[in-house]
Amino acid sequence: MEFFHAPNFDWMGKAKYFVTLSLILLIVGFASELKQGLAYGIDFKGGTAITVRFKSMPEGQFTDLQTKIRSQLSQAGLPNSDLKPISDPADPRTKNDLVISLAQSKGAQEGADVDTDRQTVVNVLHKVLGETSSGKPDFNSATASEVATYLTQKDPLLLGAKAADHYTQMASALVSARDSDYGGLVSDFNQLQSVNGVTPAVTSALANEYSLGGFAILHADTVGPTVGAQLRTQAIDATLYALAGMLVYVAIRFSGGGLLRIGIAGKKPFFLWKWIDYGIFGIAAVIAVFHDVLITLGFFSLTHYEISLTVIAALLTLVGYSMNDTIVIFDRVRENLHLMRRESFPEIVNRSINQTLSRTILTSGLTLLTVGVLYFLGGQALRAFSFAMVVGVVVGTYSSFGIAAPLVVVWNKFRGGGVTAAPVRAGSAAEKHVAAVARR
Amino acid sequence: MAAISNQLKYKFGFITAVVVACLIGIFCIGASGLSFPTSVQKLKDNLNHRIQLGLDLRGGSHLVVQVQLDEAIRQHADQAVDLIKDQTRSQNISIGEVNELPDNTHIVVHDVDPNAANKFHDILSNQLQDWQVGPAAGENNGYLLTYPPSAVAALRSNTMEQALETITRRIDALGLTEPTVQFTGRAQDEILVELPGEGDPSRAKEVISQGGQLELTLLVDQTPYASQAEALAAHNGVLPAGSEILPGRASAVSDQATGPSNVYYVVKRSPVVTGQDLQNASPQPSTKSPGSYEVNFVLSNAAAARFGPFTAENVGKDLAIVLDNQVYSAPVINQRIDSNGVIEGNFSQQSAQDLAVVLRSGALPASIKYLEEDTVGPSLGADSIRAGVRASIGSIVVVMIFLVIYYRLAGVNAVVALILNLVILMAAMTYFGAVMTLPGIAGVILTIGMGVDSNVLVFERIREELRNGKANASAVDVGFEKAFLTIIDTHVTTVVSAIFLFLFGTGPVRGFAITLTIGLVANLFTSIYVSRAIFDLHLAHMRRDEALSV
Repeated sequence: MEFFHAPNFDWMGKAKYFVTLSLILLIVGFASELKQGLAYGIDFKGGTAITVRFKSMPEGQFTDLQTKIRSQLSQAGLPNSDLKPISDPADPRTKNDLVISLAQSKGAQEGADVDTDRQTVVNVLHKVLGETSSGKPDFNSATASEVATYLTQKDPLLLGAKAADHYTQMASALVSARDSDYGGLVSDFNQLQSVNGVTPAVTSALANEYSLGGFAILHADTVGPTVGAQLRTQAIDATLYALAGMLVYVAIRFSGGGLLRIGIAGKKPFFLWKWIDYGIFGIAAVIAVFHDVLITLGFFSLTHYEISLTVIAALLTLVGYSMNDTIVIFDRVRENLHLMRRESFPEIVNRSINQTLSRTILTSGLTLLTVGVLYFLGGQALRAFSFAMVVGVVVGTYSSFGIAAPLVVVWNKFRGGGVTAAPVRAGSAAEKHVAAVARR
Repeated sequence: MAAISNQLKYKFGFITAVVVACLIGIFCIGASGLSFPTSVQKLKDNLNHRIQLGLDLRGGSHLVVQVQLDEAIRQHADQAVDLIKDQTRSQNISIGEVNELPDNTHIVVHDVDPNAANKFHDILSNQLQDWQVGPAAGENNGYLLTYPPSAVAALRSNTMEQALETITRRIDALGLTEPTVQFTGRAQDEILVELPGEGDPSRAKEVISQGGQLELTLLVDQTPYASQAEALAAHNGVLPAGSEILPGRASAVSDQATGPSNVYYVVKRSPVVTGQDLQNASPQPSTKSPGSYEVNFVLSNAAAARFGPFTAENVGKDLAIVLDNQVYSAPVINQRIDSNGVIEGNFSQQSAQDLAVVLRSGALPASIKYLEEDTVGPSLGADSIRAGVRASIGSIVVVMIFLVIYYRLAGVNAVVALILNLVILMAAMTYFGAVMTLPGIAGVILTIGMGVDSNVLVFERIREELRNGKANASAVDVGFEKAFLTIIDTHVTTVVSAIFLFLFGTGPVRGFAITLTIGLVANLFTSIYVSRAIFDLHLAHMRRDEALSV
């Protein structure tokens, strides 16, 4: 099977359209960043994010609940709370999941207790759900060892002396059933009878000791402001160092300014140009990758996805990926510069892109497929990550022929190349060499 | 049909050895060494033992603690100042003011009696060896004491070591499952505490952050005061030498509210016994207020030898039991006490138990702050695993089906290479003890993407060479040769970014970088070496004129 048979597009002829498209995307992204900024996750801005799963309830009630929570939080001294329902279509259990984000409050200044806010939120949730404290601990937040201790003490199965081991196993089965089968939230103790060996005697013993809260805290994350600032610097550093490292590697691997066939003799060029000649492939590749990162960030600003540490990981990965595509094309350009002595530089670049097109489309398509699957099935925690990857793979593929390759061609033209190199006379040694290489 | 060369046989021998080593690593090592999975349960146990999950997948708490190093340096300077004052007073050396400069590493002693200069020097050289002594600027009889930067650095790292040890002891005493305490490596003053399976870390946090500085000393005034000002006024504005005002913990406070209450005591500054003198501490039900708990402590023999005569001398006076600069209780000394004491405070059973843990583990060298706290509930971890595994399997299957359709037999080759890549990746992670995190799962998926890319590069190149009229064997040869450099280039650049992720990232992100790097290295092996060997095997079984299925 084959998608492309000997494609022959004039990529460099279309370069100006590509550059225009890129400029538009960059400007739109930049404007959005100016207007609404980037949504930083609490990793970077500091604060608290709490993911809560509520027991199932009608949709309208859930919306009401959110309004109540917001106003109650504000009364409790946390006015700037941000509530975001998760509702992942791939996982119905997340229907009533809510992320409550709080900026660093004055009460929880970095220091004594970073989780004051968490406690406030828990209190507010109890209040909003109308759960008066019955004095019983909440089974939905009990640990396996607590349940084991209680059951052993109570011994509802009347096992006597050797009860401890049995109940320890049962408790961990109960807790893992709660967490994996019921998504962390048991709504009725009778549900637990599905666990092997659990009899009504056990569930009623549990009901005596425990209450069932209407919500479970799935994730609570608190980051102090200085750590946030520190992490932000580290992320920017990581990206810049990675780019610098790649620039050096690619520049060294492709250091063959001479291969650009710059045919100016005699005139001594400005010294910097020589340096750029040597590093032009690396420079073009890094500019293209930088362009990808900027455009992806623009998309993040437009879509309000939060930038977290994992998103930075995605950005760095896409840096690597986009670099791959560019290198594959450049590798072919380098090879073709040896083989094709008659063609002009832009023609060689065109030919190289066409020759590798099949690979580019296949690889990018398959990668897009994998990250697409990750986006749809990977769950909430990987959503922003995979979004960055989806955008990154598309933009990264495009930039290798739309930005990186034209940059090299433009430089070549600026340096007086682009025209046919020294013509190879028929029957000359050079032609024989070319023919030999082609035959190999 | 060509014969299979010896070289090819060795190649396959090597590949088989790698696969076997990997499979053993993943499936056949349990908690008690090598154990072959004879049952499904045993297989599960081995897998659980070998594949370590990060906190984001198994649930648990991640705390980043900052040790207040400046405080340790300040305390060190304060002690030096106290020592100078005490010693000069007891040896009758007249000195002027003693000032600590704001950076806490310089002390200026003014107007030292020139006639006692030698004695003063003796004090410094005998008891403050770690301070450098020089003349104070613009003074004849002044001295400047400097704590040299190398000593400051040593103090900082000692303080961190000590804090790490103390926190480790405390966390270990709580009996949680597999807790880890280590430096974050991000900044010098940070310690990372990980508590797998903990849904609510508040108790652990409480135990970690208590100072645990126990001091037994004498009350100067029997009666407490309502404010610091009142206490000062009672002494006409000047406290007796060697005494200080400390807040008291009102006896009625519950174990929840530990803030200072509105009672102040004047106590002797130098304690007779400190937390270091404890041999043991344990909770016990209170005899005075039934239902509440107290902490009983036992002194070491050396301390008991001091404490016995001390209490015998001071019968009738009040003993102050001071914990973290709060007076917990001030009982009257009725008789000689040798080695036992009690800290009362209306504790609940748990808080008494926790205080005993804190006392046994020793005091923190400086106070701490929490910088970060991340708690993942076990159900979210389970959800993430499910979603991650589902996405991985989904994408692997789709990609493999596509490869087989598009490249036919060569596609099968690529599928074998991909599976092998995953096996090596998992095995390497188990052998290195690397931790699987959620971004790590993403790393696995990206590894698959890179693996596909390498295979596609090679296959497309082979197709191209075949189109140019090359024979099967030489097309395969040139295809691998030409794609090799490109594959190296793409892998090196990606590894470069993974290395920076590892250097600058924390926790889960590091997991991603590790997974990706291992995956890339494995991929070089599978897509170049293994895939080539399979091609060669296929070629050896083919007739010359048969078309290569690629």
